[in-house]
Amino acid sequence: MDSSQPFEHVHADMVTTKASTTNQSETPCIRTRSLGLTIRGLTLLNDISIQVTTPGITMILGPNGAGKSLLIKCLHGLITPTRGRFEIGLHQGVDLIPQAMVFQKPVLLRRSVIDNLQFSDRHSHQREALELALEAVRLLEKKDQPATQLSGGEQQRLSLARALITQPKLLFLDEPTASLDPASVLIIEQLINQASHEGVKSVFISHDIGQAKRLASDVIFLNRGQVTEHTDAATFFTNPQSREAKAYLNGEIVL
Amino acid sequence: MLDSAFLDAFRLIATVNADLYEILWLSVQVSITALLVSVVLGFPLGTTLAISDFRGKNLCTTVLNALMGLPPVVVGLLVYLALSRSGPFGVLELLYTPTAMVIAQVVLITPIIAALTYQVIDDLHQEYRELFLSLDIHLAKAIIAYLWDARYSLITTVLAGFGRAISEVGAVMIVGGNIDHLTRVMTTAIALETSKGELAIALALGVVLLTLALLVNGLVTAVRTRARRYGYN
Repeated sequence: MDSSQPFEHVHADMVTTKASTTNQSETPCIRTRSLGLTIRGLTLLNDISIQVTTPGITMILGPNGAGKSLLIKCLHGLITPTRGRFEIGLHQGVDLIPQAMVFQKPVLLRRSVIDNLQFSDRHSHQREALELALEAVRLLEKKDQPATQLSGGEQQRLSLARALITQPKLLFLDEPTASLDPASVLIIEQLINQASHEGVKSVFISHDIGQAKRLASDVIFLNRGQVTEHTDAATFFTNPQSREAKAYLNGEIVL
Repeated sequence: MLDSAFLDAFRLIATVNADLYEILWLSVQVSITALLVSVVLGFPLGTTLAISDFRGKNLCTTVLNALMGLPPVVVGLLVYLALSRSGPFGVLELLYTPTAMVIAQVVLITPIIAALTYQVIDDLHQEYRELFLSLDIHLAKAIIAYLWDARYSLITTVLAGFGRAISEVGAVMIVGGNIDHLTRVMTTAIALETSKGELAIALALGVVLLTLALLVNGLVTAVRTRARRYGYN
């Protein structure tokens, strides 16, 4: 497709298209072609062309304002890109991929912890299953408490449980552990790793390089709305190619 | 004279004066009926406006907010013209009936309920919009969630509407006519009895009206306190 062509505007469900059948894996595949986003004359994402076909956790790294959150919001269908196109699909012929997203700032309904979980449950799980999901995020004993009264870490754990109860194939995580206590970080990382082992593809934004090293299978580095590097995690952390990624990993200020 | 008027007023209340309680009962009936109709109209209107995006939305919200300040006598006049014999709804013969008073109050209160609902739901929509999109929540479920999660604020809105309805005088005076045993409510009775110099009845009704206003405000405070306690404000 000619990258200069205007974006084919389609709903999030509709952009989820069947991908190539050459790869027989069940891992969701994300392809973007010259994806761009301009708002009020400001180019926030520019010419993003990536192909994510590996299982596991794809980490998106980059300085603040690089466009990381905007990129996953575009991929999740919350924002419509102004240029380019993207495809998300399974290789073995499932057109629609259940997706979920965990936001940086937890958004919880003004009701109890278990009612928050039940609200997002598309599969009408039994109460016992919901309680098991709460047990997994160590919130079972708080199931009847107002969700808005939980601590920051607990709120984010509930957000993750709420995303996972929808049984996604693709999970977007926008800095889910930012400013959380180590215990909450550990629980969240364990759950994401477990989901990954069960076949859930995760796209994870983080500023924590240690966490990226622990979790990532591949890394997309974004700077000023552009992808400067997309490589497997081992290569990225030992031998980054772009000047910006090198500077970022060295703890220098990337402008 | 004033002392005896106060004493007589409290005597009327304490002895459960039939005329006084008839007026009180009609006032409450008219206001609650108008309130229910206004809630049925105002909740969906405010919610729809808050969660939909269309050209002219700002104009709609501006008009709705402006309608909150509708002068009651003007509303009374317009409803009077609509219900009078030569008006478009004259054939219904509703003028000078409690139904006409309900209609006038509905016209007055619905914009208040709708505008306050809009403000409450709009705030919630800004917070929940991306989450609902992400969870692929369909419209009907989203609307129910908005109304439920805004329940404490909406209760306050309903109580504000009731306060406005029960204390309104201009519109109900024009369309109800303040007819004894038929359309006389507390506010119109107070105006009439004061003009006649019957201060005892006017004061008794005033005390009851103030008590109602205090009760409504007490309920608003209780609802807000409860909402704060649960972190739902």
